[in-house]
Order: sequence, then structure tokens, then C-alpha cells
Amino acid sequence: MIFEAILLTVITAATPLVIAAFGELVTERAGVLNLGVEGMMIMGAVGAFAAAQATGSPYIGLLAGIATGAVFSLLFGFLTLTLVTNQVATGLALTILGLGASGMLGESYVGIPGIKVPQIYIPYLSDIPFIGPVLFHQDLVFYLSIALVIGINWFLFKSRRGLKLRAIGDNHSSAHALGIDVIRTRYLAVMFGGACAGLAGAQLSLVYTPQWVENMAAGRGWIALALVVFASWRPWRVLAGGYLFGAVSIGQLHAQAFGIGIPSQFLSMLPYAATIVVLIIISHNRRTTLINTPASLGKAFVPDR
Amino acid sequence: MRIELEKRPQVSKLFGFVSPLLALVLTLVAGSIMFALLGKDPVGALNAFFVEPLLEIWSLHELAIKAAPLILIAVGLSVCYRSNNWNIGAEGQFTIGAIAGSILPIVFYDWHSPLVLPLMLIMGAIGGALFAAIPALLKAHFNTNEILTSLMLVYIAQLFLDWLIRGAWRDPKGFNFPVSRDFAPEAVLPAIWEESGRAHWAFIFAILAAILVWFMMRYTLKGFEVVVLGQSERAGRFAGFSSRRMIWFSFLLSGALAGLAGISEVSGSIGHLQPAISPGYGFTAIIVAFLGRLNPLGITASGLVLALTYLGGEAAQLSIGVSDKVTRVFQGLLLFFVLSCDTLIFYRIRIVWSRVQVVTGKVAQ
Repeated sequence: MIFEAILLTVITAATPLVIAAFGELVTERAGVLNLGVEGMMIMGAVGAFAAAQATGSPYIGLLAGIATGAVFSLLFGFLTLTLVTNQVATGLALTILGLGASGMLGESYVGIPGIKVPQIYIPYLSDIPFIGPVLFHQDLVFYLSIALVIGINWFLFKSRRGLKLRAIGDNHSSAHALGIDVIRTRYLAVMFGGACAGLAGAQLSLVYTPQWVENMAAGRGWIALALVVFASWRPWRVLAGGYLFGAVSIGQLHAQAFGIGIPSQFLSMLPYAATIVVLIIISHNRRTTLINTPASLGKAFVPDR
Repeated sequence: MRIELEKRPQVSKLFGFVSPLLALVLTLVAGSIMFALLGKDPVGALNAFFVEPLLEIWSLHELAIKAAPLILIAVGLSVCYRSNNWNIGAEGQFTIGAIAGSILPIVFYDWHSPLVLPLMLIMGAIGGALFAAIPALLKAHFNTNEILTSLMLVYIAQLFLDWLIRGAWRDPKGFNFPVSRDFAPEAVLPAIWEESGRAHWAFIFAILAAILVWFMMRYTLKGFEVVVLGQSERAGRFAGFSSRRMIWFSFLLSGALAGLAGISEVSGSIGHLQPAISPGYGFTAIIVAFLGRLNPLGITASGLVLALTYLGGEAAQLSIGVSDKVTRVFQGLLLFFVLSCDTLIFYRIRIVWSRVQVVTGKVAQ
């Protein structure tokens, strides 16, 4: 039973990381490096919380989270794609603005009890021992995250549009010469990344800890960015990495609850330290990272007309 | 409607100067819209935010206090960014610098000597540099993304400070509050001009750092190396410059300056260690660096502007009752506008209303 309970908390902790990282994976596959995940996530969290409070419906909250993330990411899209600003700096600006704006918008929601997204009971399947509660008695966001993995994997590697998107990420000039609309695809990819980050934020404020706390993303957006590198831009590895990090951050909480003799601050460092260690292991082999990195990642594109 | 960019044949000198000013104006416009949406009188709010803090001597001192860490950190970051090394963990290097410099006044509090303060400053700078050496080592030898590692280290540094303050370094006479013991008088950074306000020597360090780095970038081979490697690693390699050595150089320099800022802030302004020692100076310094065009002299000016947003935020909180988060929003907006206005330096912007019109126009000719 304890194992089951731990597994459930790991899933809840991993879901926002997986969703945000998937969004960023698609954005980066299109050649755009958006470092604003943390900002989009926290905006999604506050947007979702506010909408759920206003309507009383957690599902409208989720939709609002997605919309907030997507609209907020347009700001980044306009700057980097239309005005060709530096992507790294613009992403940082998005995070700084998101942290400030979300704190301002959310000020009146501090301390208000949140509305939780209910778990969905599936007849028969939810009753299977162990597998039932873990896999079939979850909230909608968990199912969405699984659908995203399957859907995105298919989209990127089996569909024509996915092939075009990857082509743009690998060589935007050639893609442009072939008549693919680079800017439009990149706008859509950025917005998709924003929508995913928004949903991930909504999961935080409507599922994980159903309340609004300032800075509640607590670096998860950055961990999601690290996950994309960890996964070397492959969807299934994002899923595996997300669950690994979910396990690390939950393991840290359980260790604190068991009263292990290590100060809680050091246990809290674990997810961040683990991120660094994983990055080292993945980046160590220069050749494998170079093969998988989208070749025009982070490079500005100005069409010659 | 479409926006098209047309590359300028030459970089526009005019816009190089105008664009930061334009960004400031646009930020003020966006800010007044924001205040109006919040139901405040925009003119009064902007006045309280950006003008009133400049009208009194003591608050000019406060401005210098807040500008000092921003300028110190941003000057270091400008060398990093110019050389294409993305250190965004200055907040962590600031924290570790503050901790390393505080070893003397907290652990060896019985040792009284005029040497204490200089040693503290040196140790702070070394602490910051050592902490910045971690992402540098990882980037130089394992090809690890320095953006992510330096940022993860910020969280680790803050947790480490929290642990110190709640554990070994907690003041035994502090009524169980998470603060360290107060620094002895000889461990406190002195004020520059005590009769009129609190501004301390950190501001002088900041100005000195800006001038020295400006000189280095402008007149020395090292500065040339930074720029060449930043623009093209390949070209730099042909010139015999090592990008690996540049990673070390830029990270150690920026880490040392951030660490110096950290210990100066703790010793000059706060007087002890506590869990929160920075209102995000390390991140705001990124904006300062860009607003100052990655030029140390420009950074000195932009550091004062960003310091004003902190000061104005505090003042506006009291006088017109807006949240202190408005500060962060202003800072974010400013960075956005700076980046977008910089486009004007390299490109002409044309708004094309309709594609069809252009085509028919050509046919008519």
C-alpha cells in the first residue's frame, strides 16, 4: 500500500515536468530555444487558479491555464520570430516578466483554498488491484500527459507536418527554400510549447497543491528545460526522465518525513543536483549530443524576400 | 498585415543610442497603462515610482546602495555574454560570496583587526569565483549547458545559506530567529559620506570595476579576445585564442564580481546573514547588462535606472499601495522593450499591409 501511495505521488510530481518538457521539445525541434518555460508555467498556474475560482470549474481552469500559457508565449514569439531578438535573452525576459506578473495577479488569491481537478473513476479498470488506482484512477491531466507522449511521438516522426517541423529545426534556410513557411510553423511551435507549459502550471495550482503560492513553479520550468537536453530531443526519453525526476523530488519529501538524519535543505537540493549530474552524463559525449540537437536551435531566421 | 525586416547596410549609430531611451519611454507607457488598469492615477503613480525617490539626498544614497550590486554583477556578466558564455547563475554566486566573506565575522568573531574587512572582501570574491567555476568546469570539460547548470546552482546556494542560518551559524542570542550574529564594527563596510546617508563603499567598487573592465574591453588584447570568440568561435581559434580558457576567464571574473557584490551587500547594508539577502539582484543584473548594451559604462547608467525600479517599488508600495511585485513587472517589461528596440539598430522595419497590393503594384509598373 505504501509503495502504491508513493507511486501515486511520483506520478503527480512527474506530470507537470513531462508536459512542460514535451511542449519545449516541440518548440526546440522547430529550432526555437524558449527559456521562458518557468515564466509561462507560473502564468498558467495563476491563470488556471483564477479561472477556476471565478467559475467554480476546475476544467475551465485547465483550459484557462493552457490559453494563458499560449498567449503569453506569443510575446516571446513576436520578439524572437518577427523582430529576431536574441532567443536566450528574450526567454529570460519572459521568465522575469512572468514571475512578476503572476505575483501581482495572484496576490488576492494567496491563502484561498483551491479547487482540485477530480480524479476520474473508470468502471472495472479502476478496480484492478494496484494497476487500477495507479493507472486508471487519475485526474484528467495525467491522461492528457500520456496522450501527449503518444500524440507528439506520432506527429514528429510519422506525420508530414512533423517532418517539416523537424526540417525547419535542422536547417531553416533549406526549409525556407523548399517553400515551407518557417516563421508560421515556428509561431505554432512556440504557442504549443506555451500551451503545454500553461497546462503544466495549471496542474500545479489545480492538482499538485490546489492553491496559489507565489513562485510555486520553484524551478520546475528550468528542470523541464534540462529534461529536453537529458532526453536528447526524443519524446520517450522525456517521459522516462520526467518520472525519474518526479521520483527524486518525491523521494526527498518521503526521506524528510521518515526523519533521516540529513538536514532538510540538503534533501531539497537533490532535484537540482540530480539535474546537474544528469546533464553532465548526457552532455559528456559530444558526438551523441551533436547528432540529436536540432542544428539551427537558437539561431535567428530572417527570410530573404 | 505583416512586419518585414530589412537588413540595414550599416549598423545604425543613431539607434544604438536612441533604442535604450525608446525602451525606457515604452516601458513608462506600458507602466502607466498597467497602473490605470489597477485603478491608480498613472501620472501620480509614475511620479511616486520614478521621480520622488530622486528628490531627496538620503534616497539618492539608497539608490547608490541598490545600484552597486547591480553594476558589479552586470559588469561581470557583460564579459560573459560578450564572449558567448551564458552565466545566469549570478544570484547563486552572489549568495556564496556573501557566505564565504562572512566566515571571518561569524566564525572568527573574536578576531579584531583592521585586516578583517579587506580579507572578507577577498574571500567573498574568491567564494563567488569558485562557485562560478563549477558551471565553467562543466562547460569546458563536459560540454554541459551552462545556462541550466548555473541556474540549478542558484537554488542549491540558497538552500545552503538557509541551512547555515538555521543551523551552525544561527545567532545564539537571536531569539531563535534565523539570523546570524551581527557583524562587529570593523567588519562593516564604511559609508562614503556619512553625514548625508548610508551609501557605502560598494558603490565605489562598482564604479572601479566598470572602469577597469571598460578599459580591458577597449584597450587590451584580452578584450579583443572576448569579442572575437563571442562573435565567432572558429575565427577565434584561427587567431590562436582558446575558447576553453575564455569560458574559465569569463566565469571566474563574473563570479568574483558577483561574490564581491554579495559580501559588500551583507557587510555594508544588512550587517548580518539572513535567509533572504538579495531581492533578485543576480537576475535583475541580466537586464542591467542588456540595457547597458553590454558596455561597462552603459551598465553604470542602466544599473542606476534599475536601482530606481527597486526604490520606486518600495516607495510606491507605501505611498500608493501597489504591490512590490510591480517592480518585477517593470523590470521584465523593460528587458522586453530593450530587446525589441535593439532590432532597430540592425534592421529597418517595414509594415506591409497586404501582400496582394505589392504584387499588383509591380504589375502596374
